[in-house]
Amino acid sequence: SASAAAAPPVALPAQAQVVVCGGGIMGTSVAYHLSKMGWKDVVLLEQGRLAAGSTRFCAGILSTARHLAIEQKMADYSNKLYHQLEQETGIQTGYTRTGSIFLAQTQDRLISLKRINSRLNVVGIPCEIVSPKKVAELHPLLNVHDLVGAMHVPEDAVVSSADVALALASAASQSGVQIYDRTSILHVMVKRGQVTGVETDKGQIQCQYFVNCAGQWAYELGLCSEEPVSIPLHACEHFYLLTRPWETPLPSSTPTVVDADGRIYIRNWQGGILSGGFEKNPKPIFTEGKNQLEIQNLQEDWDHFEPLLSSLLRRMPQLETLEIVKLVNCPETFTPDMRCIMGESPSVRGYFVLVGMNSAGLSFGGGAGKYLAEWMVHGYPSENVWELDLKRFGALQSSRTFLRHRVMEVMPLLYDLKVPRWDFQTGRQLRTSPLYDRLDAQGARWMEKHGFERPKYFVPPDKDLLALEQSKTFYKPDWFEIVESEVKCCKEAVCVIDMSSFTKFEITVHCWAWLKKYMPEDSNLILEDVTWKYTALNLIGPRAVDVLSELSYAPMTPDHFPSLFCKEMSVGYANGIRVMSMTHTGEPGFMLYIPIEYALHVYNEVMSVGQKYGIRNAGYYALRSLRIEKFFAFWGQDLNTLTTPLECGGESRVKLDKGVDFIGRDALLQQRQNGVYKRLTMFILDDHDTDLDLWPWWGEPIYRNGRYVGKTTSSAYGYTLERHVCLGFVHNFSEDTGEEQVVTADFINRGEYEIDIAGHRFQAKAKLYPVPSLLTHKRRKEDVELSDLHGK
Amino acid sequence: ASTPQKFYLTPPQVNSILKANEYSFKVPEFDGKNVSSVLGFDSNQLPANAPIEDRRSAATCLQTRGMLLGVFDGHAGCACSQAVSERLFYYIAVSLLPHETLLEIENAVESGRALLPILQWHKHPNDYFSKEASKLYFNSLRTYWQELIDLNTGESTDIDVKEALINAFKRLDNDISLEAQVGDPNSFLNYLVLRVAFSGATACVAHVDGVDLHVANTGDSRAMLGVQEEDGSWSAVTLSNDHNAQNEREVERLKLEHPKNEAKSVVKQDRLLGLLMPFRAFGDVKFKWSIDLQKRVIESGPDQLNDNEYTKFIPPNYYTPPYLTAEPEVTYHRLRPQDKFLVLATDGLWETMHRQDVVRIVGEYLTGMHHQQPIAVGGYKVTLGQMHGLLTERRAKMSSVFEDQNAATHLIRHAVGNNEFGAVDHERLSKMLSLPEELARMYRDDITIIVVQFNSHVVGAYQNQEQ
Repeated sequence: SASAAAAPPVALPAQAQVVVCGGGIMGTSVAYHLSKMGWKDVVLLEQGRLAAGSTRFCAGILSTARHLAIEQKMADYSNKLYHQLEQETGIQTGYTRTGSIFLAQTQDRLISLKRINSRLNVVGIPCEIVSPKKVAELHPLLNVHDLVGAMHVPEDAVVSSADVALALASAASQSGVQIYDRTSILHVMVKRGQVTGVETDKGQIQCQYFVNCAGQWAYELGLCSEEPVSIPLHACEHFYLLTRPWETPLPSSTPTVVDADGRIYIRNWQGGILSGGFEKNPKPIFTEGKNQLEIQNLQEDWDHFEPLLSSLLRRMPQLETLEIVKLVNCPETFTPDMRCIMGESPSVRGYFVLVGMNSAGLSFGGGAGKYLAEWMVHGYPSENVWELDLKRFGALQSSRTFLRHRVMEVMPLLYDLKVPRWDFQTGRQLRTSPLYDRLDAQGARWMEKHGFERPKYFVPPDKDLLALEQSKTFYKPDWFEIVESEVKCCKEAVCVIDMSSFTKFEITVHCWAWLKKYMPEDSNLILEDVTWKYTALNLIGPRAVDVLSELSYAPMTPDHFPSLFCKEMSVGYANGIRVMSMTHTGEPGFMLYIPIEYALHVYNEVMSVGQKYGIRNAGYYALRSLRIEKFFAFWGQDLNTLTTPLECGGESRVKLDKGVDFIGRDALLQQRQNGVYKRLTMFILDDHDTDLDLWPWWGEPIYRNGRYVGKTTSSAYGYTLERHVCLGFVHNFSEDTGEEQVVTADFINRGEYEIDIAGHRFQAKAKLYPVPSLLTHKRRKEDVELSDLHGK
Repeated sequence: ASTPQKFYLTPPQVNSILKANEYSFKVPEFDGKNVSSVLGFDSNQLPANAPIEDRRSAATCLQTRGMLLGVFDGHAGCACSQAVSERLFYYIAVSLLPHETLLEIENAVESGRALLPILQWHKHPNDYFSKEASKLYFNSLRTYWQELIDLNTGESTDIDVKEALINAFKRLDNDISLEAQVGDPNSFLNYLVLRVAFSGATACVAHVDGVDLHVANTGDSRAMLGVQEEDGSWSAVTLSNDHNAQNEREVERLKLEHPKNEAKSVVKQDRLLGLLMPFRAFGDVKFKWSIDLQKRVIESGPDQLNDNEYTKFIPPNYYTPPYLTAEPEVTYHRLRPQDKFLVLATDGLWETMHRQDVVRIVGEYLTGMHHQQPIAVGGYKVTLGQMHGLLTERRAKMSSVFEDQNAATHLIRHAVGNNEFGAVDHERLSKMLSLPEELARMYRDDITIIVVQFNSHVVGAYQNQEQ
């Protein structure tokens, strides 16, 4: 259909500004947007035919109901783009606005849908929670007896993704993009950390930018370069069913149905249905990287599809008599954290990536292509795509075994209930602190960040371990009392938290790339990742100073060791321990950076000396509660590269007036002059019942005087305040134009706030500075128990 | 008159009895890849004697390739079968080792360094090793490899598996005999080595290495290969010969090994010297030693031995010992893709079930578990409802029939519970399993089974490689 696709083989140009690899929806979308933005010297190469990979087999469902705000925005933009694409290019895309219905078989699922509903509404995507009765009206074939509710998104659509790709390619080609199919890239040439060109089976092309949109072959392509680019993704087989038309063909406007509890989706297809799903036992494929030009039809596996078919017939019993056309098997790619991968490689300048769509390539294609094109043209995209940035991954996600195991977990998760604080189970225990076994034996429960195990909390010996591990809830979790006692111990005595995975680790991921980027090239400065060399112990609490002074003869008084100070000292027999008087929580205490060979010794000494001060182990949940209560924002969770100190109350830490020059000083001075457009704010929930109400998590809409002003970024129960605390950014959208305006302290302070948790709004007090510990809980006489006399 | 009350075991009780000794081993695969020709094995045993006299062993050779699996049927107690189950694989593994490895091990022992591990055992928790004798056993084994080292003429020849198996069997039996003659200062050990020597055990051992399958058999246990024909049906290929009176060649052998005038007494009432069912066995020094030696050892032995009438009893017509050997008969089979599994079992199984039934039951069990023909819609008109019906039927077939997760357990269930129509009858199964100890032996023998499953893909790949 597209003229570009049918073009006879011609010689490749010798050079181009940009070479895009991959003629699926991603590659064509990037090329389309680059050409729209004025970059016309673009060559797009496709190893087979255009739109013949996953794009051709895509089920064609465009859905805006996404868990991440950035994903919602991408899908919303895609929807609008595809809607007008036929008009723009004259190529039929089959775009039909059918709407979609997300079914809930359980109350928990409904809560999950309500949370999405709240978030879609605030960004202007029509959406509502409906009753089962309404579902039956929207789709007469559905069995609704087992439903508790549903979410209806009326503007979702179905579209032929292959035709969308062809339309995008055609439009790009008309603006000057050169498209060559049946051309394979063999190698990406890199010189001094910069892309210089590509080598194809039809010759070389010099280029400044390379875009890897190779879909499931992106991992392998990433390795085909002088400087390999690690792109962690893996393919799984994905099955969907096609039937012949219904006796009276289903109208084309029949809404798409997503029955996540039944693990299936169902859409209208040429008067019959198309139905697939995400099974519990996925079949990963191509682990060895078996390459092939186009995805031929892989084996149908009916036995594997049986649970999904049962689920389909339960949902639409009348389908029994419908005749099968075929069971399609098309591999889909998945990423280690269920989010797509975009951005520039941290190691190779000019090497961009847009892949790993986790079965949502069509929904994201338009928006993701636009953001990547902006990124290339302007140096950064117009939206914050931090969560999707390739730089979030490190080398340890590039093991094929890890990817194979992880995607087997990720694929079912697409339709699993997403409850707060779940942890991946695969790819675990890769990086552990030397204290791991020790802590594990003491009841540690673990979470994982980039392969590093960190303790969440410590289960006391008398608790039912199994129940704790399996509890999934949107309400008050089982570990509430456990974390409470850990927090209390941090407040009143002393706790030790193994934070080996911390700090240095955070630097490696995002900041690492940044630091490296701005390293003066000729200086004597050496930048090294030392995460693995040190174990970090966080000694939190008023008695931390007592413990440490018993173990070291160094003076510990505040004049000798003021807050935020670092000293090298001996602890026990171990020498050269770096001690910093900070705890990342606002509580008194110390961080101990211990060379790993001393870790066990220092830990044992700390625990044995600490005995008389009531020392105990604590985990990250206690840490989080403490730091959020004290309004300590966390890098990666609350803050990212697009946040300035002025926007998060960090101005006092910036030497703006001391004549010191640093990167971004001018921008900050200007921002100080003009004011900020968003401000990190702390919210204390007032009328929230911890036992009975849904807990906040993150991403909840914030309302000021009844109007939407932003979303939360993290939350925790503050055991001292005895309230829930949320952190989040407040914006000031103009009432008339929606434009962002300056946010002043006055604006923050003079508002009535509400936080929307799954459709229920809770009143909240906004604070720009931490609450002084006036509310700190006073210990009453009768609270003292005999057990307080025991050592812990 | 009231009808006598019947006590039946419930199905869960039956299952817990049947499954008490079951063990499965799957050859570990990395990332879906397993390059071994063995997928894994299931094993189980059901006692009739108390305590059970059968033993089983399975181990992977660590210094050479290949896997060893064996069943051992003891008689006159379990001492000999226990000792053989602990020791025989070490003798085989050592016999298979190249000269340099033997030297390396010997040097390590000499200088007190850590030893190379030779075997990785795959054991059920009930399969114990005797701690007390391990030093003694080790010393005998060391003497054996020292001799192997000394015997080496320097010319490195390929080790012949058949020869290695025969040597190992004979050597171990010899050591058992010697240890009993020499005795041990430790009275417990002294009594142990004597009990080992005076009891007996048959052995049926398989060594699988790639497509090379060797079976070494001594006695009346049996190795049976399950072959799937092109039409999907199952046939049994026997890989061992029983050494008992039903085997004419064995009877012939015995007659040839002894003077003509003993022709009538050497095999009498289908038994060796009218006493012993198997014609080859480990231990059983009563059929191997001279009368003098027997008397001397018994007299100098501990009182318990002297009090035992069986040991003191000299077989009638005992003129030209030895009458019994532990030398195995070794058969070789080159595995083909259609060879799906191997059943090693003691005679307790074979006397209750025909080999053809054994292979069919295991074959159907394994294919039901692992693969059914995939369904393809092709060009046919199939509705969703029809397809759903078909799939649920297939799934039901897979799950309901096979409540056993272990092929050996499944086989025992059939062996003990089969009615005249070849179907498992719960009432019969329940009765057989609730027999009191003293009666059980009259209705059945100890049963020990190992079902080794082969990896047809790997076997096929070997075949292609060599073509």
